[in-house]
Amino acid sequence: MVDKPSGLVQGTLDMLILKTLQLEPMHGYGIALRIEQISKGVFQVNPGSLFPAFRRLERDGLMKGEWRETENNRRAKYYALTSDGRRKLTSEAQEWRRQSGAIARILEAES
Amino acid sequence: MAVFRNFLSGVRSIFRKESVEREMDQELHAYLQSATQEKMRRGMRHDEARRAAQIEMGGLENVKEQVREASWETSVETLWKDLCFGSRLLASTPMFTAAAVLSLALGIGANTAIFQLLDAIRLRALPVKNSSEMAVVEIADRDGATGHFANRYSNLTNPIWEQIRAQQQGFSSVFAWGPTIFNISPGGEVHNVQGLWVSGEIFNVLGVEAERGRVLTPTDDQKGCASPGLVISHSFWQQQYAGTESIVGQRISLEKHSFAIVGVTPPNFYGVEAGRDFDVAVPLCAEPVIRGEDSMLNRRDGWWLTVLGRLKPGWTLEKATAQLRAVSPGIFEAVVPSDFDDSSAKHFLGYKLGAFPGQTGVSDLRDTYESPLWLLLGLAGLVLLIAAANLANLMLARASAREREMAVRIALGATRGRLIRQLLAESLLLAAVGALGGMAVARGLTQFLVSWLSTKQDPLFVDLATDWRMLAFTTVVTLLACVLFGLAPALRATKVAPGAALKSSGHNATSPRSRFGFRRALVVSQIALSLTLVVGAILFARSLWRLANLDAGFTQQGVLETDLDFTELKLPAEGRYEFKRTMLDQIRGIPGVDSAATAAIVPLSGDGMNRQVLVERSGQIMQSKANLNQVSSAYFETLRTPFLAGRDFHSLDTLASPKVVIVNQAFARRFFDGQNPVGKTIRIKGYKDVTPPVEIIGYVKDAKYNNLREDFRPTMYTPIAQDEHPDTGETILLRSSASLFRLIPLIKEAVEKSSPAIDLTFTPFHTLVEQSMLRDRLMARLSGFFGLLAALLATIGLYGVVSYMVSQRRNEIGIRMALGADRGSILKLVMQEAAWLVGLGLLAGTALALAGGETASALLFGLKPWDVATFAMALSGLTFVSGAASLLPALRAARVDPMVALRDE
Repeated sequence: MVDKPSGLVQGTLDMLILKTLQLEPMHGYGIALRIEQISKGVFQVNPGSLFPAFRRLERDGLMKGEWRETENNRRAKYYALTSDGRRKLTSEAQEWRRQSGAIARILEAES
Repeated sequence: MAVFRNFLSGVRSIFRKESVEREMDQELHAYLQSATQEKMRRGMRHDEARRAAQIEMGGLENVKEQVREASWETSVETLWKDLCFGSRLLASTPMFTAAAVLSLALGIGANTAIFQLLDAIRLRALPVKNSSEMAVVEIADRDGATGHFANRYSNLTNPIWEQIRAQQQGFSSVFAWGPTIFNISPGGEVHNVQGLWVSGEIFNVLGVEAERGRVLTPTDDQKGCASPGLVISHSFWQQQYAGTESIVGQRISLEKHSFAIVGVTPPNFYGVEAGRDFDVAVPLCAEPVIRGEDSMLNRRDGWWLTVLGRLKPGWTLEKATAQLRAVSPGIFEAVVPSDFDDSSAKHFLGYKLGAFPGQTGVSDLRDTYESPLWLLLGLAGLVLLIAAANLANLMLARASAREREMAVRIALGATRGRLIRQLLAESLLLAAVGALGGMAVARGLTQFLVSWLSTKQDPLFVDLATDWRMLAFTTVVTLLACVLFGLAPALRATKVAPGAALKSSGHNATSPRSRFGFRRALVVSQIALSLTLVVGAILFARSLWRLANLDAGFTQQGVLETDLDFTELKLPAEGRYEFKRTMLDQIRGIPGVDSAATAAIVPLSGDGMNRQVLVERSGQIMQSKANLNQVSSAYFETLRTPFLAGRDFHSLDTLASPKVVIVNQAFARRFFDGQNPVGKTIRIKGYKDVTPPVEIIGYVKDAKYNNLREDFRPTMYTPIAQDEHPDTGETILLRSSASLFRLIPLIKEAVEKSSPAIDLTFTPFHTLVEQSMLRDRLMARLSGFFGLLAALLATIGLYGVVSYMVSQRRNEIGIRMALGADRGSILKLVMQEAAWLVGLGLLAGTALALAGGETASALLFGLKPWDVATFAMALSGLTFVSGAASLLPALRAARVDPMVALRDE
C-alpha cells in the first residue's frame, strides 16, 4: 500500500487529521477511513504514518486521546481536538487555502 | 509552551515506559480489529478480512518503531543503550581501552595545558569591571631613551605621569603603577615579596573593592607622605598572615620602613599584569621613603611607571590617541631633564603619547612566550592528530573483526545510520574519558610548567581555575579528535555488503584493497607528522646545545653572586668605597675563595649601562655607544675572561690617579680596527659633560653582556676605585673550586662580623645563565617530549598496519612459498611494502617540516630551520625505528608454514 499516493505534502497529514476530528472525536481506524472516504480514495493513510502523527499531535497538545467503548462494544482510543488544536486547524487551513489558491492561479496563468 | 509540554510528556514516557508501550499495543490491536470488521462488513470472510487488514498494516513491530521514532526521548534512550553497550565492549578489551584513553589523555592534556598558559598571558581579560574600556597610555616609540630604568615596564617617568594626569581628556580617570620587589624582613635574612607602586587612583579606576578594610584612594597618595597605608593581596594575606581577621591595622616592614596595612584586595585580583601576582601595593608617594637617595619620584630621567586608564563613554582609542598626541609637545617640553645634551633633549621632545588596547592588561611575558606557546600548541596539535590516527587504525582493526556482526545486523534490518551511531557512541565514550584524563594531565602539566618557568626573583602566576574558554577549547579538541578517529572507521565499517561479508571467512586472498588503502594513508600521514615533530625536537635541542656551549667569554661554573645592601649603615658617600674594599678583602680572605671581585653589572642579569665614547683618530672625532661595567681588580680572573694584552686594575688606580679603562675585542674592532688598543686614550660622555682622556690599560676577550643570543658588543670596564658616586650596595662575584653552598655560611659569618645590618642575597652565577636560557630549554624539552611521543605513536601505528597486512596476506604468502618462494623473498616482499609507506611518509614529512620551519626560525639560535644535519638525523632515526617496527611482522611472515596457511582456507 502506497503511503502518500499523491505525494501528500509534508505536514498536511497533521492538518487532515485535525480536520477529521473537527466534528466529533474519533478512533484511529475511523480517522483513516474518513480521510480515505472523503478524498474519494486519493489519500490512503497507512498506520505507519498515522500513528506517529497521532503521537506527535498528542505531544504537541493539539489533540487528546481517551479510551472509550466503540459502537460494537470494543474499546478504542478516541482522539478529540483541544482548543489549541482548533486554533491550529483554523490557521493551517487558512494558510493552505491562501497557498493553494496562489499555486492554482500561477498554474492557470501558465496554460 | 508546546516545547515544554512535549518535554514533560517525553520525560513521563521514559519513566512510564511499560504503560506507554502497552497502550500503543492496545491501540494498534484495536485498529486491526476495526479494520477487520470493516472488511467483513464489506463481505469478506473473517480470516480473509483479518489477513487483509494485517497486510495493510504491515509489521506491527515496524509501526511501533515508527511511532517511537516520532518522539525525542527514543533517541536519548538509544544513545544511552549505545553508551552502555559501548562501555561493556570497551571493558571487555581493557588493553585497547587503556592504550586509547592514555594516548588521548596525553594528547588532549598537552594541548589544554599549553592553551591554558596562552589564555593566562594573552587571552584572558583583566579581572576588573568592563575590562574592554581599559587602555594603556604610553610613548609609542620610546627607543633610545636616556636615563635610569627601574623595572620591566619602565615606559614613563613620574613627571610625565603627572602631566598626563593633568592634561588627558579621553579617560574618565587614569592611574600609574610599576612593579618592584620589597624586602619585608625587618632585619637579618632577606625576605623578598612582589610589590607594586601604585598611584592613588588605581582601585577606583579598576573598580576593585576591598575584601577587608579599604582600598587605597588618592588621599593616601599625597606627595611628601611620610608613612602612608598600603594594601596587600588576598593570597599574601592567606600565606603570610594565615588569613587572620585582625589584619587591618597591622604593620609591615618594607625595606626596614614600617607601614600600616589598611586593606586586602579580593581573591581574583592579581593586579594589571598578566601572568604575575603581587603581594603588597604601596602608594607612589612612599617611594622616596623606601628608596631614599635612589628615589626616582622626582627624577626627570627615572623611567619606572606605566599608565592605564578607563576610556570615557564615547571615546575610542583613536580619539584618545589623537588627544594625547596633541598635548605631547607641551608635556615633554615641561619635563625634559635639564642635564640632557642637545641631541638627547631633541630625542626626548620628539616623543608622542598614545592610547593602546588594555583589556588584557600588560605583560612582558607575551613578548617572550607568546610565539613559542603558539608554536608548542601547534606541535601538541600534531601529536594529538597522530594519536587520533593511531586510534583510528585500532578502531578500524576492531571494526574489521566485527564485520560479520555488522553484516548480520544490516541483514536483520538495521539502518547504516543506526550502526554508525552506535560505533560513534563508542568513540565518544573513549574521547570523553580521554578528555577527563586530559584535564587531569593538563592541570599537572600547567603547574609543572609554571613552577619551572618561575624563578626566585620572578615568580609567575597562572590562575588555574577552569574558565569557560579552556572548557570550550578542550571540548572542541576532544570532539575533533573523536570525529577524526571515530567517524571514518565507522563509515568504513558499516559499508559492508552483508552477503559477501557473511560468506567470506575471516581472511581471504582477495581482501579489497580500497579498505586497506585507508589504513595505509593513515600510517603515511602519521610518519609524515612525526617526522615534522622529530625535526622540530632536534632543531630546538641543537639550538639549546649551541646556546649552552657557546663561548660566552666567561666560565659560569663555580661562581657565586653575593649581593650586599648596607643602606642601613647610613655611610656618607666618602666612606663607602673604603667600606666596599674592606668587605671585598674580608671575602677574599675566606678559605676556599679562589678569587673575588665586585661588579656593577652582572653579565646576563638583564641590567646594563652604556655611554657614548669619543675617540680621536687622525684628527677626526669618532663617536659611538659602548656598554659599561664598573668592576674591581680580579674581575676577569674570577669570571675567567682572558687578558689579551695590558694589565688588570690594581691598588694604584685611585680617584686621584689618572683615569683608566679596560676594553674588549669588539671595542677594539669598532674604534681601533681590531688593533691592540692598550695605551690609546678615549673620552667618555655623560649626559652633558665629557671626561678628560682615559687611558686604555687592558685588552680582554669578548664576553656576553645582556644575553647569550646577542652579538658581542663594544664593552668597557672602569675601576670601582675611580667611581665618584659610590652607592650603598655591592655585588661581589667569587670563584671557588669548593661547594658554593658550603661557602654561604662562611660569607654570612664574615659579613655579620662587620655589621649585622647588612642584607645579603646569594645566587649561583650558573643559575643566572641557565635562567637566561629558560625559553630555549622550554622549547627543547617540550618539543623533545612531543617528538618522542610522536615517533613512538607512529612506530606503533606502522607495526600495527604491517602486521595486519601480513595476516591478511597469509594465504597469498603460503601459495608463494608452496610455489617455491624462499624466506628471503617473502621478507623482501613485506619490507618493500613497508618501505613504500615509510618512504612516502618521510617524503611528505620533509616537505611539511620545511614548510613549517619558518615559524620556528625566530626561536632558533645558531642554526636555520632547514638545517641539513637535523634533517639527516631525523630521517635516519625514523627510518631506523620504522625499519625495526616492520621487520618483526616481516619475519613472522617469512616463518609462515605454507601447509598451515593453506589448510586454514
